[in-house]
Amino acid sequence: MIPRFAPGVRLQHDRARDRWVVMAPERMFIPDETALAVLRLIDGERDLAAIVDALAAQFAAPREVIAADVEAMIADLRARGALIA
Amino acid sequence: MIAPPLALLAELTHRCPLRCPYCSNPVELARAGAELPTAAWAELFRQAAELGCLQVHLSGGEPTARRDIVEITAAAHRAGLYTNLITAGVLLDRAMIAALRAAGLDHVQLSVQDADAAGAERIGGMAGAQALKARAAALIREAGLPLTLNAVVHRQNLHNLPALIELALAWGAARLEVAHVQYHGWALLNRDALLPSRAQLEEATRVVEEARSAHTGRLVIDYVLPDYHALRPKACMGGWGERFIVVTPAGRILPCHAAESLPDLVFPRFGEMSLREAWEESPAFHRFRGSGWMRPPCRGCPRAEIDHGGCRCQAFALTGDAAATDPACALSPHHHLLAEALARAGDVPFRYRSFTS
Repeated sequence: MIPRFAPGVRLQHDRARDRWVVMAPERMFIPDETALAVLRLIDGERDLAAIVDALAAQFAAPREVIAADVEAMIADLRARGALIA
Repeated sequence: MIAPPLALLAELTHRCPLRCPYCSNPVELARAGAELPTAAWAELFRQAAELGCLQVHLSGGEPTARRDIVEITAAAHRAGLYTNLITAGVLLDRAMIAALRAAGLDHVQLSVQDADAAGAERIGGMAGAQALKARAAALIREAGLPLTLNAVVHRQNLHNLPALIELALAWGAARLEVAHVQYHGWALLNRDALLPSRAQLEEATRVVEEARSAHTGRLVIDYVLPDYHALRPKACMGGWGERFIVVTPAGRILPCHAAESLPDLVFPRFGEMSLREAWEESPAFHRFRGSGWMRPPCRGCPRAEIDHGGCRCQAFALTGDAAATDPACALSPHHHLLAEALARAGDVPFRYRSFTS
């Protein structure tokens, strides 16, 4: 499964407020740190396993814990219409 | 420190092939010769992003009536802004959509005046518009751009709301805005012809709620309620000088698109002042910011910071006092004006939007 941003959705750096925002048609939301770490790895090429690998290399946590977190996160972002897969 | 705006509404032109009798442009329209050139818009977008805007609504009039719309879109994208094109769609063709997409366009909001061609073309005042819009929607979707359909609703098309929802689904929109007319400028001139009855409003609200649950996951419906049947005013623009910054075709910098209807306020002109100076320093932007300007019943009201006293332009248009409580509020001594206007509504002809000669 390769998660992608839904059409019209993208991650944008908010320079003035020093934060990242998910911009979507006529709305926006502020991802928390964990969601942001996942979103920054979504490039339309990495599949779920590759995203988990990249996060496992970044964070000192067991791979299966990270995998469970990422799956839950992606399910949530899909429900919000930010991601498609 | 004054919190920066989140979005820029760029009114690129007042020119438009449609003549909607509720157009949000001022009654005094700016002609092509007065419009800011491409380079000014590019600089303006750069300043807007620097100031803190995340999004730009490329609007009009009809923004694609500008020959440089692709360059303008590219400049907005280069500035780092999320770009939303607000269009009537009648001037779009496949090549232009491809060029806009390549320029970095993020989203398209397409207007529709009614569900059936006869109604839509009577309301919009342009023969043949509906077929052009249907084609534009198809081309937008074909290009992979996300589409929102914007339906302004009123007395003369509310009976077609279920059909408008079907149209949004048929045209491939992921979002539908069902927006009751806001009564400024042209819409105020046409108020008697446009105001919905209470029964129409209640039926519309029921239809929207039903459609929301029927089409969950397929179509998001945003619903903007009409003021005239309300007991509390809307938080107009999210507060004066709080979230939005508007630039008119001629480069006036405003806190809302109707603000030029207010007297005694001098709005800065781009070129004479930067966007940041206008936002942070101009007296016009400070005039109704926060709650210090309020008088009773707004002053001391627990909702003062929630609805900001409603709309300044509506307060002025209906009471002659821009600092009055918006008459949409039941606590306003002028609230009766709304019921009186509703009682006058009926089948009267439109006064279509036009340039004054």
